[in-house]
Amino acid sequence: MSTIISEELSATTLLRFATAGSVDDGKSTLVGRLLHDSKSILTDQLEAVERASAGRGQDAPDLALLTDGLRAEREQGITIDVAYRYFATPRRRFILADTPGHVQYTRNMVTGASTAELTVILVDARNGVVEQTRRHAAIAALLRVPHVVLAVNKMDLVEYRESVFAAIAEEFTAYASELGVPEVTAIPISALAGDNVVDASANMDWYGGPTFLEHLETVPVSHDLAHCHARLPVQYVIRPQTAEHPDYRGYAGQIAAGTFHVGEAVTVLPSGRTSTISGIDLLGVPVDAAWTTQSVTVLLADDIDISRGDLIVPTKDAPATTQDVEATVCHVADQPLTVGHRVLIKHGTRTVKAIVKDIPSRLTLDDLSLHPHPGQLVANDIGRVKIRTAEPLPVDSYADSRRTGSFILIDPADGTTLTAGMVGESFASPEPVKDEPDDDGWDF
Amino acid sequence: MTTTVAETEEGTAGPYALSHLDSLESEAVHIFREVAGEFENPVILFSGGKDSIVMLHLALKAFAPAPVPFSLLHVDTGHNFPEVLEYRDRVVDAHGLRLHVASVQDYIDRGVLRERPDGTRNPLQTLPLTEKIQSEKFDAVFGGGRRDEEKARAKERVFSLRDEFSQWDPRRQRPELWNLYNGRHAPGEHVRVFPLSNWTELDVWQYIAREGIELPEIYFAHDREVFRRGGMWLTAGEWGGPKDGESVEKRLVRYRTVGDMSCTGAVDSDAVTLDDVIAEIAASRLTERGATRADDKMSEAAMEDRKREGYF
Repeated sequence: MSTIISEELSATTLLRFATAGSVDDGKSTLVGRLLHDSKSILTDQLEAVERASAGRGQDAPDLALLTDGLRAEREQGITIDVAYRYFATPRRRFILADTPGHVQYTRNMVTGASTAELTVILVDARNGVVEQTRRHAAIAALLRVPHVVLAVNKMDLVEYRESVFAAIAEEFTAYASELGVPEVTAIPISALAGDNVVDASANMDWYGGPTFLEHLETVPVSHDLAHCHARLPVQYVIRPQTAEHPDYRGYAGQIAAGTFHVGEAVTVLPSGRTSTISGIDLLGVPVDAAWTTQSVTVLLADDIDISRGDLIVPTKDAPATTQDVEATVCHVADQPLTVGHRVLIKHGTRTVKAIVKDIPSRLTLDDLSLHPHPGQLVANDIGRVKIRTAEPLPVDSYADSRRTGSFILIDPADGTTLTAGMVGESFASPEPVKDEPDDDGWDF
Repeated sequence: MTTTVAETEEGTAGPYALSHLDSLESEAVHIFREVAGEFENPVILFSGGKDSIVMLHLALKAFAPAPVPFSLLHVDTGHNFPEVLEYRDRVVDAHGLRLHVASVQDYIDRGVLRERPDGTRNPLQTLPLTEKIQSEKFDAVFGGGRRDEEKARAKERVFSLRDEFSQWDPRRQRPELWNLYNGRHAPGEHVRVFPLSNWTELDVWQYIAREGIELPEIYFAHDREVFRRGGMWLTAGEWGGPKDGESVEKRLVRYRTVGDMSCTGAVDSDAVTLDDVIAEIAASRLTERGATRADDKMSEAAMEDRKREGYF
């Protein structure tokens, strides 16, 4: 083996994706099949699964055991948390956030979808689009996951009929479009028999599209950055103060969105001070430009006061700062979120005090109905909140920028992560009931 | 998995797509910088094994040209490979770092810990580690754990809260959303941080090759006196082997992981370069723990139980 090959191996891209669906839809079987057929399950892992299955009196290895890692889950045969799986093909590396599909685990689905570029929604061909499918679609839409795959599973149980698949695909796509999901790819599969998961199905020659794995391997992972607002949350100020680097002041962070160029005029928020980028250091390599999601150190022409929590943005494209944040949230903690609750809000690299001013509505995912003024949100609730922050924050709309349009609320007493928030409107399309328009200049 | 790469199709990876290694590197650097910005007294667990070596390399890159703002902590079982200790000391000197050592042997000598009948010292590391964290008041502890290593680790967070007894409670884990890590903790509690969470064994090796990182020699094929125990080749030595009925032989082996001599097995290998190692791993049908770690085979929930007690 030559060095060339290691370099080539390094030149693959990475896709982070999430699954939604329940055990009954065959999700564990699909994940198991994907890992098994892509030869990602290693001998000892398979042996461990066989041992554990036999120990429980099952006669075939239970592939669900590959992803159910905790004792409570194995005992109850359920998944209680997000599990991360890793596999690779010669074309791409994958990180799979495998999330449970039960209704009370909305927060896990939201967690998995928050870092995913693609979500797989699984349906049983015999049942078609059910309430849970609509919930999963709504979460994918709320989290603005760029790519959605509808995997119509158990096609073997409906005689592989095209008409069954087509009807489900049509119904789901229409629903997802209403929610503003930009793109749906529907694939007819049988995870149990292996049709169209890794290998093309001989039973469905009417289907001309890619297999599930082919789609995962070829879906674009690079977005057109020309229209993104460039954003760099400052994590840390690097000041060596050594004989070798007496005057070095670098602002370190991971570019949250867009592209920065040397020579560009920038503004630092919330102070509003301006300067010019004099250099970009990409982990030891000086570069002319850097883009999301590179971790960089930016050098500025002027000596201005910048610290952790500040946001560096192009002067010509700066967000407004506000102390009144309105957002769609998913409540993820066991203790409720109430009007008047004093919290901490973490946005980018900045954490400030805040208070929950109002909870205008709670959203029911099944039918997207809004319940006005619920007074509080409990675990797994999705709702709208109005938050007043102690200091101005440069928030973007989540629709424009997933990293600078998102935040978490933290309980100042014990540090619990309470709530995941997405600034701006819930869905890309008009909602069934319009909230009062806000005047922060977001355009939808 | 094969080791050839198909041509990337048009449109799947535009000019702005990062390679998977760049993407993982950037994420790990972001994690190191978050901890530097939010914690008072972080420490990197450093064993001289490849994962902790990669962690240190990433930390050096994250803060260059300034020094790494963390110290190192090694839990010394007393049964470490001499090549690894030599490497550890050299790296610490080269980068002007501060090294803390928590010694299992000390605890045994003082009668606080008792040698196990099987001679394995890995489970004995927990107490020296947790007491050192308390006495030095470390509030963030970087570990090289990866989610692909083992099923209980597949559910581990990047920022993992531990109580004052260093215990891990899977039900008290905080959801982690986007890249917004929550490091808040009460006095006496600390946070374990895993910058390599999303890396696989192969990623680690590819990164070592790409960056030209030097490793202890025992990772490459060499002649070694070993004996067979529990289905593994163990190094003969004063720590407790070979015993009756076990016989020493000289074999060409290398180590895929570096831990305690008593429970870390060597594998037959003729891989002498990084490329050889990568080719061997890409073709291997055993995960690194399955091939080399006796302690993880104990029970289906072995790792989960030890994590709850405060193990790495």
